[in-house]
Amino acid sequence: MGTWGFLAIAVGVAAAAFGVAVWINLDYLFFAGYVILQYVVLATAWNILGGYTGYMNLGVSAFFALGAYTTVALETALRLPLPLTIPAAGVVAGVVGFGMGYLTLRLKGIYFAIATLALAVVAETFVTNWDYVGGSAGAYLLHPRRGPWFGSYTEYLFLLMLILATLAVVAARTVERSWLGYGLTAIRDDEVAAEANGVPTLRLKLFATALSGALMGMAGAPLPYYVSFLEPASAFNLGYAVTTIAMPMIGGTKTWLGPLIGSLLLATTQQVATVTISSEVNLLVVGVLLVGFVMLAPNGIVGWFQRR
Amino acid sequence: MTITYSLLVNAIITGLLMGGFYAALSVGATVAFGLLDIVNIAHPTFAVIGAYAVLVLNRTFNIDPILGGLLLTPVFYAAGTLLYRVYYHFFERRGDDAMRGLAFFFGLMFLAEVVLIMLFGVDFRYVQAPYITTTLHYGAIALPLRLAVPFAGSLLMLVALELFLKKTFIGHAIVAVARDPFALRLVAASPVRIKRIAFGIACASAALAGAFIIVIEPLQPAVGRDFIGRVFAICVFGGLGSLPGTVVAAISLGLVENLSTVFIGPSWSPAVAFGALLATLAWRPSGLFGRG
Amino acid sequence: MTTLSRRIIGAATFGALAALTAAAFSLPVAAEEPLKIGFTMAETGPLAGTGKSALLAMTMWAEDVNAKGGLLGRQIKLVHYDDQSNPANVPAIYAKLLDIDKVDLINSGYGTPIIASTIPIAMQHDMVLIGFFGLANNAKFKYDKYFGIFPAGEKPALTIMQPFFDAAMTMNPKPKTVAAIYPEMEFGHAIMNGIKAAASAAGLQIVYDQGFPPSMTDLTTVVRQIQATNPDIVAIGTQPGQSIAIVRAISEVGLKAMIVGGGMTGLQTPDAEGLLGEQLNGFVNFNIWLPASKMQYPGVMDFLKRYQERAKAAGVDPIGYYAAPWAYADLQILGQAVEATKSTAGDQLGPYMHETTFKTLIGDVKFGESGEWANPRMLAAQFQHVKGNDIEQFKGTEKLVVVSPAEYKSGNLLPFEDARH
Repeated sequence: MGTWGFLAIAVGVAAAAFGVAVWINLDYLFFAGYVILQYVVLATAWNILGGYTGYMNLGVSAFFALGAYTTVALETALRLPLPLTIPAAGVVAGVVGFGMGYLTLRLKGIYFAIATLALAVVAETFVTNWDYVGGSAGAYLLHPRRGPWFGSYTEYLFLLMLILATLAVVAARTVERSWLGYGLTAIRDDEVAAEANGVPTLRLKLFATALSGALMGMAGAPLPYYVSFLEPASAFNLGYAVTTIAMPMIGGTKTWLGPLIGSLLLATTQQVATVTISSEVNLLVVGVLLVGFVMLAPNGIVGWFQRR
Repeated sequence: MTITYSLLVNAIITGLLMGGFYAALSVGATVAFGLLDIVNIAHPTFAVIGAYAVLVLNRTFNIDPILGGLLLTPVFYAAGTLLYRVYYHFFERRGDDAMRGLAFFFGLMFLAEVVLIMLFGVDFRYVQAPYITTTLHYGAIALPLRLAVPFAGSLLMLVALELFLKKTFIGHAIVAVARDPFALRLVAASPVRIKRIAFGIACASAALAGAFIIVIEPLQPAVGRDFIGRVFAICVFGGLGSLPGTVVAAISLGLVENLSTVFIGPSWSPAVAFGALLATLAWRPSGLFGRG
Repeated sequence: MTTLSRRIIGAATFGALAALTAAAFSLPVAAEEPLKIGFTMAETGPLAGTGKSALLAMTMWAEDVNAKGGLLGRQIKLVHYDDQSNPANVPAIYAKLLDIDKVDLINSGYGTPIIASTIPIAMQHDMVLIGFFGLANNAKFKYDKYFGIFPAGEKPALTIMQPFFDAAMTMNPKPKTVAAIYPEMEFGHAIMNGIKAAASAAGLQIVYDQGFPPSMTDLTTVVRQIQATNPDIVAIGTQPGQSIAIVRAISEVGLKAMIVGGGMTGLQTPDAEGLLGEQLNGFVNFNIWLPASKMQYPGVMDFLKRYQERAKAAGVDPIGYYAAPWAYADLQILGQAVEATKSTAGDQLGPYMHETTFKTLIGDVKFGESGEWANPRMLAAQFQHVKGNDIEQFKGTEKLVVVSPAEYKSGNLLPFEDARH
């Protein structure tokens, strides 16, 4: 099925989901749904670099938080509304991703992962010292009660995130089935051989880091409005990295479907766990699932179903 | 801001002492990573587990923390060999990409942290030992034993390890297994067994490093995260698998951190250390002493 | 295993999970409708120490009220979830509390960032919100149904530091210089502003005011920098882990100054007191309540006795001076307002709570226009003659001497270096 066909289906599914959510009309659904969709974007984005290309990004929180802080900065400076700050956040995070890719172009495997970790620390220190966005004191971002055209503001945020999630999944699938995707797979399987065969590894890696970073940044852009109070310590939390990585590991890293399944499953479980049982168990579940799936089901849920 | 002689000298001393501690914390990671190609990102968390174990020994039996750490090394060694068996069975044998191994340890790290939270809670914990609150003064120089004792312990441990690697058959085998596993078989040593022993030793070092942690600072489950970056920065700077390199890199990092606190201000010092790491990764990833 | 059977297993698992989720979210059928109060509380994460202590106190309040017949004739049920000390979890939890659990009243969790995320939700639902231990949360929102439980009033940082500076200025010779130290985080910045305000009001010169990264484990270098500026006063604003680190660093360096302390949270709990023991001697720190003779309000000593009996088993702060009475008072106020207005509606409760002086076990509470305390009340107390590490010595006011303000004073201030021996 071509890209346009898939896009149509994806939009249809998303519209249906939104319709159902509006019909049920529970604010809680929008709140929890926002978080779940946010992870769909993060997991899908991560997988472009991690699953397709084989480069593990541990600095997820850096891109995510940078996206959130872009919103804060632009709102303070220019009073830009969210539909404009989201792409701006994507650009900022994409540029950072590109820069990181460029800096680390000779690094493989673990070195790259460590570099991403170092990047997260540097980014967090930078933001903590930047008083314009509140620095370590944090920033308050108050939102109106109603959304711009109907429903509550949370409904609006949910819709925005739904659009982002659809875009992310479609983008991932498009990349996966194009020559870009084949190139990335070649890099993952054997980078040296790929280069020897004329695959433009550098350009592909830069593309992957930029796209992955941009999507993660866009996932973070609405966050300040969701929480109303943004501070570096919680925005740059390592938990984002662990959860985001767990999702494709659980769902499957080779295709666009894996992160989608993994994130829907895990994020929903987390939301349910937060309001039913204690949340220490919540974290325990993520850890156990990650370790378990990595050991026992290396191709994730998708792989388990596909084994012939 | 006035920079006095006393301030500078003591900052240097603190940097040196902390550097020694960092070296103890990093040696396990550099052995695992450099000689065994195992990306054990959970190593600092293993040290935290060690620290909690030391805490329990101290609170229940009144055992001195450093002694407790020593007593725990065989336990951690055994656990390490067991962990290696699991790792080998699921990952190395299959020849999967290194990413999966990394994800495994990443998940383990998180899991360990959560279990520690469930067992011990999130409050800061401390041990009691007479040298923790003692500081020796020599003129303008203050030497806190809280830092000096772990430093001494760390140096001893590193010297012992280096001798082991250089002077014993198994030590030679460990160094060799990274370079040429086949040749190793020719001298009738099983590479898998050697790797298992090496990983066990790396984990054993975590027990002692954990004892140092809880002597130096308050303990809480997430404290391992503060060290991940530093540990791997040191592994990279020092060149993987090189013990002298680790020591030099660790001490350099300690000095850089403390001196940047003095000259630039404390709020930028994490960025200085990690910025230096990024720069090194960008331009000379094999580190100062590395194999290239 | 064939592909088909895998798919069947998969579908069955999915179905089971969906059914479980539905069950978890199904609305309970109650025989007699209890009055539900919903909130988040930090049971894990850095804020959990105080959070769990507060939770125990709140549970005790609910039990006490239920034993007397409940509120408005209904039994009270506390519905709470763990926010993991992370503000990002707050919105979804309150959405569940309000939409699905259908709570009648809400309360906040613990701490400024958590409360900050909660106020917009209260505003959206037009409900009264009492904020437990937040600093100046309402300044940005100006919500007329917000009420803060923390005796710091509208300018909390200044109120926290003021008694410390007042005590300092009673010393002879008068101090002239101040070194300030704080962590790079919201709390630290707020305290620093308070220090600046108090210092300037007293005509003092600030000679050091650098922040340090919250993750910094070894503060001896920072303390030495401070010593190099030779300050008379060392004003500190830190969170629990850092407070302990800095007391140790100061002891190691052998800091010399006339008076040291100020806004160090975490030193008010037995954990820290027991650990640091004699190293605490001389530190003058803020306290919100101590069992000084003039502060033994009706009900508080009895409450503490009952609390202390349960605290050890519950694994929370065993002495409970810091958070527990205040959490109890938080719900006392809410309960009294509901009882008086016979309603749980925000429009009824809000105005009532603004006009009334409540009698609680931490004294009389009157809220100002901003929702913060109209009459701030903060103490500065100095650790004196602490011996060894036994925590029993910290009960009462023998080792923790109230030195400021004058009306609650229980002893005299000692110069820092004298108290160190």
